[in-house]
Amino acid sequence: MKKVLVALAGLAALAVAGALFVLFRGDDDTGPPPSVTANLAPAQKIARGAYLARAGDCMACHTTRGGQQYAGGRALKTPFGSVVSPNITSDKATGIGGWSADDFWLALHNGKSKGGRLLYPAFPYTNYTRITRDDSDALYAYFQSVPAVSQANQPHQLRFPYNQQFMLAAWRALYFKPAVFRPETGQSVDWNRGAYLVQGLGHCSACHSPRNALGAVSGSSGDSLSGGLIPVLGWYAPSLNSDAEAGLGDWQQEHITALLKTGVSPRATVFGPMAEVVRESLQHLSDSDINAMAVYLRALPAQGVKLEFERDKGPQATAFLTAGAKLYEQHCAECHGDGGAGMPPGYPPLAGNRALTMEQAVNPIRIVLNGGFAPGTAGNPRPYSMPPFGHVLNDNEVAQVVSYLRSAWGNNAPPVDGNEVNRYRAIPLD
Amino acid sequence: MRPAAPQHGRSVHDVVRRLAALLLTAGCLPAYAAPPDTLEQRVAACIACHAAKERGDAFFPRISGKPAGYLYNQLINFREGRRNYPMMTYMVDHLPDAYLREIADYFAAQHPPYPPAQAGSGANAGAASLARGEALVRHGDPARKIPACVSCHGAALYGVEPAIPGLLGLPSDYINAQFGAWKNQVRRAAAPDCMADIAGKLSEADVAAVSAWISKQPPDAAARPALAASLAMPLPQPCGSVPGGAK
Repeated sequence: MKKVLVALAGLAALAVAGALFVLFRGDDDTGPPPSVTANLAPAQKIARGAYLARAGDCMACHTTRGGQQYAGGRALKTPFGSVVSPNITSDKATGIGGWSADDFWLALHNGKSKGGRLLYPAFPYTNYTRITRDDSDALYAYFQSVPAVSQANQPHQLRFPYNQQFMLAAWRALYFKPAVFRPETGQSVDWNRGAYLVQGLGHCSACHSPRNALGAVSGSSGDSLSGGLIPVLGWYAPSLNSDAEAGLGDWQQEHITALLKTGVSPRATVFGPMAEVVRESLQHLSDSDINAMAVYLRALPAQGVKLEFERDKGPQATAFLTAGAKLYEQHCAECHGDGGAGMPPGYPPLAGNRALTMEQAVNPIRIVLNGGFAPGTAGNPRPYSMPPFGHVLNDNEVAQVVSYLRSAWGNNAPPVDGNEVNRYRAIPLD
Repeated sequence: MRPAAPQHGRSVHDVVRRLAALLLTAGCLPAYAAPPDTLEQRVAACIACHAAKERGDAFFPRISGKPAGYLYNQLINFREGRRNYPMMTYMVDHLPDAYLREIADYFAAQHPPYPPAQAGSGANAGAASLARGEALVRHGDPARKIPACVSCHGAALYGVEPAIPGLLGLPSDYINAQFGAWKNQVRRAAAPDCMADIAGKLSEADVAAVSAWISKQPPDAAARPALAASLAMPLPQPCGSVPGGAK
């Protein structure tokens, strides 16, 4: 009953917000006028757009597994239902072959389809609005060159009221302000380039930010990167500005670039959805762009405080960790070492590896259950792998070993229990 | 008292000796620096199930010794969603073709002993069903245009290079599950999809008969897939996964 009341109150607030939006719509910063793309030869324009499409990882959503490139049809599961990505090939009838460069810009910058229909923010226009008109035009040229695939768009499967346009209007009033990225004069060229990529095309905040009850990320300009549990997928995208999580303030520049470009580094390895991002997007970016992103990420103002955890020294808690240590010795030490040093970059270190010690323990639990390969990239084409242990260890044993990892070699985070492990056994893997 | 170590003018001999000592010491320590650069080490995740579970699980298929082209096709099919087993898709999702080819070659070259046959669904098959299974395997059912298994999978059923899998040593439950997947189009292959066509013509009783008979044949670890040249073309059923088999 309380939930229903809250939902009704929320709806009423949204309706009011929507009305206000119509009355006082904010101004729209469309950024500098285009100057570069128009002067490029057609082939250069397309090549530029292809590169930017990689940076935006457009393929990840607009192509189904094994499907034709950019023909859409992938259902993105959200807490509100599924949003099905559209066909963005050059097909005139079912794709965007009939769109003009202005139509394309309207989608990217304003989150509106051709004709003005409001788009769902599963299409991350809250990030893409940062993209310049120059880059939008290059992307447009590229997508017009993508071979036409005739495949009709499938309807979204969203629950009422989320399937209503008025809801979107209200949502946009609350959470969306179209604004192209404006360089900050006090910052370096690299920093600005990195900020542009991270906040815009890279749409890092789509995962690395907490979302509220209406699916909006905190902060409107794509610069909030304080970590979030990815809905439905069930992985935790760590904070990029907290040193307790994946903040990069104390990382060497070359370790960041190695991680983003190859998927492995002396300090950590990417996994889960980030493995896809590295393989499909980041590994294809130029060294200078990756470097710029690293410069920007390193300079993010540190937020979040490391909570000091006071460990229970009682016999029961100690026995639990001792059991975990024994399992570690038996199953993990051969690759990760007695001291947790690992054999990077093949096997990541566990001592001091913050992926293990975040408040959210879902990632290490899932890695122990399912194992996996680091992504295969040009810089690491034959990655090492971690065996799954879901069929070897029961829930309590996984909890013991993960709790041990969170307690050993200077790591200090609360233990996890078997119930938590059990929850993550049920999450679909693909 | 120990003599002070000389600070300067170290002889070449001395340096070499020290280096040798260092290398020896390093050799005695566990290899923390780098994991062994072998495929076996790299694919530890695969071996965790495909070595261990093949020995004791009535569902797990044997992949060792299967033709490399077949294994490669399956890895690609998992990655591209033409086969559905979430753990497999998860494993190969972000791996490039060249690496999958290497992994396929690795498992194709393995020939461990076969484990004892699993008592699966085929264990209870009656004599009539087994006879029906053997007849389908050896002769097919020409009246219903069902080709014999042996006409493509090799006279001895150990498969044919490079892309037709051997069938002996597979648990009956696994075979049944694959026929179900072909019938329901959740296991697909390059068109024309021969096994989907054949599965569509087989009744449930046919499938159970074939899987029971196959699962009861004692496999020989020394046997190898037949050479590609042994395969009579055109195939009785056009097959997009087999080089030259699409007709």
